[in-house]
Amino acid sequence: MRVELRGLTKRFGPVVANDGIDLDFDAGEVHCLLGENGAGKSTLMNLLFGVIAPDAGEILIDGRHVRFDDPGDAIAEGIGMVHQHYALVPTLTVAENVTLGFERTGRFGWLDRRRARDDVIEMSERYGMAASPDALVGSLPVGVQQRVEIMKVLRRDAQLLILDEPTAALTPQESDQLFRTVRALRESGRSVVFISHKLREVRAIADRVTVMRRGRVVGRASPLATDNELASLMVGRSVVLDRDKTPAVPGSSVVEVDGLTVADEAGRDVLSDVSLQVHGGEILAVAGVQGNGQAELAETLVGLRRARQGRVVLAGEDITGLSTRDILLRGVGYVPADRQGSGLVADLSIYENLILDSYHREPFAKRGGRLQLPVAKEHASGLMDEFDIRARSITAPARTLSGGNQQKVLLARVLSRPLSLLIAAEPTRGLDVSAAEFVQRRMVQARDAGTAVMVISSDLDEAVTLADRIAVMYRGRVVAVVTPDTPRSVLGELMAGVGDGAAA
Amino acid sequence: MSELRVEESDDVGDRRRWPLLVQNFFTGGSVTVTLLSLVLAFAVGAVVIAVSDPEVRTAWANLIDSPGGATAATWDSVASSYGALFRGAIVEPSAVSEAFRGGSISAVLAPLSETVVATTPLILAGLSVTLAFRAGLFNIGGQGQAMLGATAAGFVGFHFGLPPVVHVVAALVAGLLAGLAWGSIPGALKAWTGAHEVITTIMLNYIAGILLLYLLSLSVFIRPGRTDAISPRVDGDTRLPHLLGADLRVHAGILVAVGVAGIVWWLLARTTVGFELRAVSLNERAATTAGISSGKAWIVGMTVAGGLSGLAGAVQLLGTDYALVPGSGASLGFLGISVALLGRATVTGTVLASLLYGALQAGGIRMQAATATPVDIVVIIQALVVLFVATPQLVRSSFRLPSAGRGLQVMSRGW
Repeated sequence: MRVELRGLTKRFGPVVANDGIDLDFDAGEVHCLLGENGAGKSTLMNLLFGVIAPDAGEILIDGRHVRFDDPGDAIAEGIGMVHQHYALVPTLTVAENVTLGFERTGRFGWLDRRRARDDVIEMSERYGMAASPDALVGSLPVGVQQRVEIMKVLRRDAQLLILDEPTAALTPQESDQLFRTVRALRESGRSVVFISHKLREVRAIADRVTVMRRGRVVGRASPLATDNELASLMVGRSVVLDRDKTPAVPGSSVVEVDGLTVADEAGRDVLSDVSLQVHGGEILAVAGVQGNGQAELAETLVGLRRARQGRVVLAGEDITGLSTRDILLRGVGYVPADRQGSGLVADLSIYENLILDSYHREPFAKRGGRLQLPVAKEHASGLMDEFDIRARSITAPARTLSGGNQQKVLLARVLSRPLSLLIAAEPTRGLDVSAAEFVQRRMVQARDAGTAVMVISSDLDEAVTLADRIAVMYRGRVVAVVTPDTPRSVLGELMAGVGDGAAA
Repeated sequence: MSELRVEESDDVGDRRRWPLLVQNFFTGGSVTVTLLSLVLAFAVGAVVIAVSDPEVRTAWANLIDSPGGATAATWDSVASSYGALFRGAIVEPSAVSEAFRGGSISAVLAPLSETVVATTPLILAGLSVTLAFRAGLFNIGGQGQAMLGATAAGFVGFHFGLPPVVHVVAALVAGLLAGLAWGSIPGALKAWTGAHEVITTIMLNYIAGILLLYLLSLSVFIRPGRTDAISPRVDGDTRLPHLLGADLRVHAGILVAVGVAGIVWWLLARTTVGFELRAVSLNERAATTAGISSGKAWIVGMTVAGGLSGLAGAVQLLGTDYALVPGSGASLGFLGISVALLGRATVTGTVLASLLYGALQAGGIRMQAATATPVDIVVIIQALVVLFVATPQLVRSSFRLPSAGRGLQVMSRGW
């Protein structure tokens, strides 16, 4: 199947999200769409998948004009999409999820469970997607859930598969597995659209690369192009990919974590006997696949979770069990991973978000708890300039900001206080190259100013780029603390728990 | 929802036909929806009035004989009912012309006075629910809080002898404190044990009702010479003073209510406590992560909300009822929820919605007396307004307005 896009244009009010896009997708080909957030990749794919209607332009399939009023039309034409956020029913099995909405039925409309299972087994073998048909989806790791999503699309007989940032939540091993599946799909004559802004992946998987910027196609490249060439196309200027980082000058130990054990609500240990140190003037990256206790570690350090055993000592003072406010007041800054859920109050204004952790103190509040709104607004204006936050106005709700600008607001809030310890979880997740560059530079600046920095990242590239030391977590334990020049394969194995115990 | 968002929805194309200002009027303004809800509620109310009138039903039965008679009877019934409602709530035209010929000014102001009397406790009860909403809590407990507020105010009013001004203030403060105490219980239960405030406040309503019933069986609470459950009347100097002479019932409670509305607005918008409440209600996790104690916000929010309901009960008792009976102040709980919803959980909106409800109540009594249309029609209209406001899509489609995107207004989460 050959899909051609001719002059697709989509405007949202004054914003031109897609401006006369010409693209084609051939059978048996992996076509990577590369671009920063807001470049128009998602809009383009939503046009192709019938989620929104174009203002101009047309879609041709095998030379035939088609019109999609909704995703159902696109699916009927053999187009399938795997979104970043999966639409699975956690309490159903793999086979049930795959058949859902497109059920195999026998006589009298009875569900044919056996054929549903057989479908899964067949697809598993054919495309190298290991998944047990009877496993409950909710109990599966993210990588397997993604396979279920891909199977759902294949079950609807998709010839063109759109994968929207498919590796965002995967381990390096799971990503490699996905790449094998993508290649198998290509061998079967299908066409795959792979959306990403990770250059390394694009080079590994793509047959063709199209780069988008500001709603236009700005370049086509072969996968043989260098990272710097691709990045420059994407951003529109040359980009320094390696953070120009001087060697760390570690000072004295700022925070010492000793034998920390934390249980979740159900009483299961999510952290077991974790011991760590972070020195002033160094960046410790905590690497690991998401969900191996990194988030819980950060939350315990800032007093959002109670430790069952062990203690946290900050600058010589035992802060275990203190309230979050008391810990923050001692010079700890925390940038949570889930910036919309735990970082910002999306419906409060930008300037209110910027004082969310300091509204109760001078100069933002006077005695008697009277808020000094003009002071808060002035404070916000200053930070908007310093952190280059692009917003209509400081009184606009934080929800109106793009992801990168939301992250800058969060960072500005945390860094506007003097810090001895900065904890940043997934600080660049979902950010485009320029925003990520900015955020990482601020982390290094904080380090150079003598702050102890702990960066939690499931993005190995980021961990390696930023870290002076890397602690790898697996199943609630720190399995190793290594230097950043440790080979990727070794880090990947540690993250996957291979040799657990031996390395620790 | 007041700003126009750029969003990827199907109706973007439809909206572009309208100028920006008109777009905002159509799609953004909850004020528009509220006003249209009112129109719809009165329209549906008119149908109910017509159907419940035996004369109208007879006229429609004779439709073949006298086609004009049916529509005329319907029109007469609805027009006279709504006319009486208006005259009872706003102004009686004949009293105005009377006044020009030397009649009493009081008669002109009487309907408005009745409206304000009914509005006064509603403002306080509505603010109670609004404030709780702003802390992310749904206060169903206004009923119990108001009952105990009335009880405490009444007890201070008839049991103690205090100097004139001190006495009324003491009675109001007693009502406030009783409400604060009763409201703090569900707040603390939520903060400490996670018990949901909707459940606990409902349960506490029953306890408060039975407590009042029990108190009314004690000798200190029983009016001398009576055997039924009714307390003595409160002392003359604990009654809220009439503002416009003895002929008009409007009393100083309205000044208290409006003053408290100002304080609540200030508390929410200009203090660190209000900031905490708003942050916790809009995103508890983010607020907690930034060091705000959500437990404290819940306790403060629920306690203050209880105090406001308690004050509502006290004002009702000291301004209008004067004596405690079983269920004194109880109706304020759910009316408070209605006006807070109608006012979209804003202070100004709550005050305006209370005024509307007060006018409907005052006018309804007059309507029943003048036209034999049952006062329950008013309750139906009150309910319909809230129903329509809660379903803006229905209102928009009824008036063929473009839809306002996909955003939903969420007032309380997590249950």
